[in-house]
Amino acid sequence: MPPQYRLPFEKPLVVLEDRLAEFERVPDPDFSLRDQIRTTRLELKKLRREVFEKLDPWEIVQVARHPDRPHSSDYLELVFDEFVELHGDRSFGDDPAVITGFAKLEERRVMFIGQQKGHNLKDREKTQNGSPHPEGYRKALVRMQMAEKFKLPIVCFIDTQGAYPGIGAEERGQAYQIALNIREMSQVDTPIICIVIGEGGSGGALAIGIGDHIAMLQYTYYSVISPEGCAGILWKDRKYADKAARALKFTSADLLRFGVIDEIIPEPLGAAHRDHRSTAMYLKGALQRILKDVTAIPKAELLNRRYEKFRRIGVFEEVGA
Amino acid sequence: MKSATPTEPVNENGAEPRKKRGVPEGLWIRCDGCGATIYKKMVEERMGICPEPGCNHHFYVPARRRIEQLLDTDSFEEWYPNITSRDPLGFADRKPYPARVKDEQAKTGLTDACIVGRGYLRGRPLICGITDSAFIMGSMGSVVGEKLTRAIEEATRLHLPLVIVSGSGGGARMHEGILSLMQMGKVCAALARYHESKGLFVSVLTNPTMGGVAASFASLGDVVIAEPKALVGFAGPRVVQATVKQELPEGFQTSEFLLAHGFVDRIVARQDLRTEIARVIDYCVR
Repeated sequence: MPPQYRLPFEKPLVVLEDRLAEFERVPDPDFSLRDQIRTTRLELKKLRREVFEKLDPWEIVQVARHPDRPHSSDYLELVFDEFVELHGDRSFGDDPAVITGFAKLEERRVMFIGQQKGHNLKDREKTQNGSPHPEGYRKALVRMQMAEKFKLPIVCFIDTQGAYPGIGAEERGQAYQIALNIREMSQVDTPIICIVIGEGGSGGALAIGIGDHIAMLQYTYYSVISPEGCAGILWKDRKYADKAARALKFTSADLLRFGVIDEIIPEPLGAAHRDHRSTAMYLKGALQRILKDVTAIPKAELLNRRYEKFRRIGVFEEVGA
Repeated sequence: MKSATPTEPVNENGAEPRKKRGVPEGLWIRCDGCGATIYKKMVEERMGICPEPGCNHHFYVPARRRIEQLLDTDSFEEWYPNITSRDPLGFADRKPYPARVKDEQAKTGLTDACIVGRGYLRGRPLICGITDSAFIMGSMGSVVGEKLTRAIEEATRLHLPLVIVSGSGGGARMHEGILSLMQMGKVCAALARYHESKGLFVSVLTNPTMGGVAASFASLGDVVIAEPKALVGFAGPRVVQATVKQELPEGFQTSEFLLAHGFVDRIVARQDLRTEIARVIDYCVR
């Protein structure tokens, strides 16, 4: 099924996709139609490769934000075999922008923590399009501490433009809660896997982003500031977001090059929003492999390795050292 | 647009004081708090506090001056002064990042936005870090992250109390992109170990402390002290206003607002900081 919402640079694809969909609707295709279907498919494949091979950073942001892109809730359906949701932060409320609970991946049991956007307007409004409040981060932390107690590995799916910048969020200590999560995650004594599945928006992403293995899906970004925010500060206008996107070097390829992430999980041709199932399959494969790796890290080494992982990040010069 | 705090107008990004950084040139200056024209020397003699009766406005204080105010005379031994930034992103806005750093160095006399070291406060040994909001808005890039992390690791190793005075409107420094964001993880991880070792961390929040600095080390003090009327928060007030599309409450994101909501332990005027920190150390350090 072609996605409902089309990005500007996908236009040439859309023509072909529509034509193919039309062909495929014909109930009993004759020989020549089947031939046409075949050639259109090949053509489409070629075009998808061409378009997606040379996406620029701003286009990648748009793919990462695509409303039809699979979200945490979709992956819970497609990747995991069971999900026992645990609501609330035991303190203030239940932030729908963060989903937490027990999840089963084949034979392995894990604690799942995922930022959630929602596919329809109502859900997106409820989650502020995946921007958690302090209670969302507290909810995540409560589950992590529980996972530590019961020796469950933790899987964090990151997908947020940023922590919610509202009045209530400030009143309830957004800054403090993010800081606390970051500090505590560095010491949670159970393996943690973090995967950016869409947007990695600044402190709001990092607050569930400290772990032993950090991965990004191919068409995602992870940034210190939103491209719009950066453009607003540097060029006094958010419309230069494309320029900011290029300057910030925040694509999965950039982060791998900087040594900030451990791997890029490939997406199917044409990106995740075109093919939820294949994306979920790749993600599941990667997750199983990573789980095997991180749970094999000797217990005594786990926290030291996590510390060193973040300790070595930074580029500076030291004269006379 | 209405300013979000009574003390400081804010600019586009919502976090940085619009005009001067530091006490302006000239003999006389205008107080942002009470509007009075005051003799500059009198402000300096009063640790950068407005001398008008009842005003108590706290002006910006440069990092080195802060050390003099806070620590015993000549007791400060600066560490890692030779760490300087590079340009991992090849970042350029109106000027290339390396040129910007050079200009900021010339303007402030600092190598980057923070200094760290060891010193004494009323005879009590401690490790101290100061971020200076005049240097690229006091933002944290690799240099600030590395210096603070080393200082915290030393504080852990030497079992010394740690005092960090934050002045940062810029949060994590966007010129170094994701590497700046990850400094939050690095510094907080070091703080976690320090915390485990039962070290005392006193965090002092000054105007302004925002974004990635507020959302990492600055909020994690065992005791969190704020100077009066400092702007402290996660998102800049302009960003919040653009998001919620309503008038922000009076005094939103000030020290007093944070105290009322439970995230600041004490509001302490600058002239009392030494006494207060010494007192806290005496309760917590044996």
